[in-house]
Amino acid sequence: MEIFILAFFALGYLVLAGADIGVGMALPYLGRSAAERREVIAAIAPFFLGNEVWLVATAGVLAGLFPELEGELLSGNHTVVVVLLLAWVVRDMGLWLRGRVPGARWQAFWDGAIVVGSWGLALSWGLLLGHVLLGITGPFAMLPALVVAALFGTHGMTFAALRLRGELRGRAAVLSGGAGEARTYALTSAALVTVGVLAGLRLPLEPSSAGVVLVPVVLTMMPLLVAAQAWVWWTFRHRVTGPSYL
Amino acid sequence: MDTVDLARLQFAITAGAHFLFVALTLGLATLLAVVQTRATFGNSPVHLRMTRFWGQLYIINYAMGIVTGLVMEFQLGLSWSGLTEYAGDVFGSALAIETLVAFFIESTFLGLWIFGWNKLNRWAHLALIWVVTLTAYASAFWIMVANGFLQNPVGHVLEGGRMRLADFGAMVANPAAQVAFWHVVSAGMVVGGFFMAGVSAYHLRRRTAEQDVFRKSLRIGMGVALPAVFVTATFGGLGFETMQPSKLAAWSGDAGRLAAAQAEMVAAHGPGDYLPPVGWVQASGTTMLSLFALMMFFAGLSCLLMLFRPVVRGFRLWHWLTTLMIPVPFLAMLTGWAFREFGRQPWTVYGLLKTSEAMSPVSAGQMRFSVVAFLTVFAVLIAVNYWLLARHARRGPDAVSLGDRPIEAPVPAPTF
Repeated sequence: MEIFILAFFALGYLVLAGADIGVGMALPYLGRSAAERREVIAAIAPFFLGNEVWLVATAGVLAGLFPELEGELLSGNHTVVVVLLLAWVVRDMGLWLRGRVPGARWQAFWDGAIVVGSWGLALSWGLLLGHVLLGITGPFAMLPALVVAALFGTHGMTFAALRLRGELRGRAAVLSGGAGEARTYALTSAALVTVGVLAGLRLPLEPSSAGVVLVPVVLTMMPLLVAAQAWVWWTFRHRVTGPSYL
Repeated sequence: MDTVDLARLQFAITAGAHFLFVALTLGLATLLAVVQTRATFGNSPVHLRMTRFWGQLYIINYAMGIVTGLVMEFQLGLSWSGLTEYAGDVFGSALAIETLVAFFIESTFLGLWIFGWNKLNRWAHLALIWVVTLTAYASAFWIMVANGFLQNPVGHVLEGGRMRLADFGAMVANPAAQVAFWHVVSAGMVVGGFFMAGVSAYHLRRRTAEQDVFRKSLRIGMGVALPAVFVTATFGGLGFETMQPSKLAAWSGDAGRLAAAQAEMVAAHGPGDYLPPVGWVQASGTTMLSLFALMMFFAGLSCLLMLFRPVVRGFRLWHWLTTLMIPVPFLAMLTGWAFREFGRQPWTVYGLLKTSEAMSPVSAGQMRFSVVAFLTVFAVLIAVNYWLLARHARRGPDAVSLGDRPIEAPVPAPTF
């Protein structure tokens, strides 16, 4: 049951937050002007806060149910995890701060932070997954990292195609071809889940003794957490019609 | 500096940065929820303006709280894998519950509150901010349970050199956690109250057109800060009763008590230096207590002055001082935290695991890289965010974009 809980949150993160990371990576391609970029960001704005909590929850599950693995995984990949965190911070700050001051230069700077942070996140995830899955470190680790980053990017584009309208939607749908947006999104989600599951199978998943207390708590909470998230998805189910708060 | 010192410095930077922002989050969320309740029940336009204005500042602050919190959470596994391996079974469960029961809901609903403005039913929107506030408290509670365990480990058994969770209830009921929770939550109210009062006083001094908004805000802020100062002090006082002997000895500075604390530790754990840095413990404790006295005096006087409307409108010197008081509770918060944590040294889990044993097996180079990287990024972001908070606080309710139109509706006049 412990392993199911860990997988639930980790895979939830990859699929949900993978989309907003991918949109951030594709921001310069999708949004050619400041106004367009703001509209592209509106596609992920209501979701990214609710998406990243899946990783916070994953880390919490690691801390409570797999503390030994937590220590090994994070300290064993120290530099990659530090870069991942920095990229995460920079990306989030880009999203929060871009609209705080009117002015083209300010917004261009933080849009840049979003792009750099999103790429940093995707590539460090790639390095981490590559290390866990294939045991590769060093310069060659960039190969699997680029593959994973491409996957995040594609996933983000299909999500953008589902959320945007008009010309922006057309740009985002360039990779979907004739397959249809929803079907492509399902496909990229499945690919991310597969990568996550394969990496998980390589980890030493030895649950801690705290499961007796934690597992019932988490299983009770899960429907509530999913319901809270579903409320967000339902509220913002329509296509973006203009800029959002960010 | 050796690697352990670097790791401690990095944790101190992260936790300190996080603490600055979450303290305001705790206080401001509560005040915001109260104000929005008035706005919703009374259909009051003034309170709606207040909600939007303070809500905007709350969000700027919250964003920085999140990103420092993320780094904080991962820090345990990154730098302190000795701790997660030794005690993770026990105190990790408090952290897990914090993320799943509290933070997950808090962040999800805050997103809904921000982006669902004018889109959701107003009662649902009000309910959201209350859930956000209560889960922020729950978050603080479980973090204090984890911290309380490190200060005063209870509810565990040792098996094969590792801790196992034996009594979850005892861990939660730990007095070192319970007392500290109320101390921190009421201190958050002091921070939020002084912040609201100080920003309001700035606008009143500038003869704002928004008299109603800022008169009411000043009253709420100061009116909450004064009782909160007393509650904080009460639980702070109780905290001394849950304190470790060596921290108390360091605080007293008495050579005899220090020697006794050292001798007791040597008897239990063999030779070594078991005393916390006396200078730091005393300096941080004294600063916290002096600032408490200052806040109590100032809030008491202010609450008397607030009874007179002409004073609230026109006493500029008092406005000035109230604005100048904004940083004081933050400083008290940081020094109080330093007092608590310096006093625990050299232990990570008091009496059981030393800080030097809790370190991850990472190299000095790796540690140096991460310290410099986090320090640089946080310094820049803290500066930018405080500048933005000040800028948005100064510009007043007219410039607020939160809730100014239906979300995702076309902007009437593009400004760029």
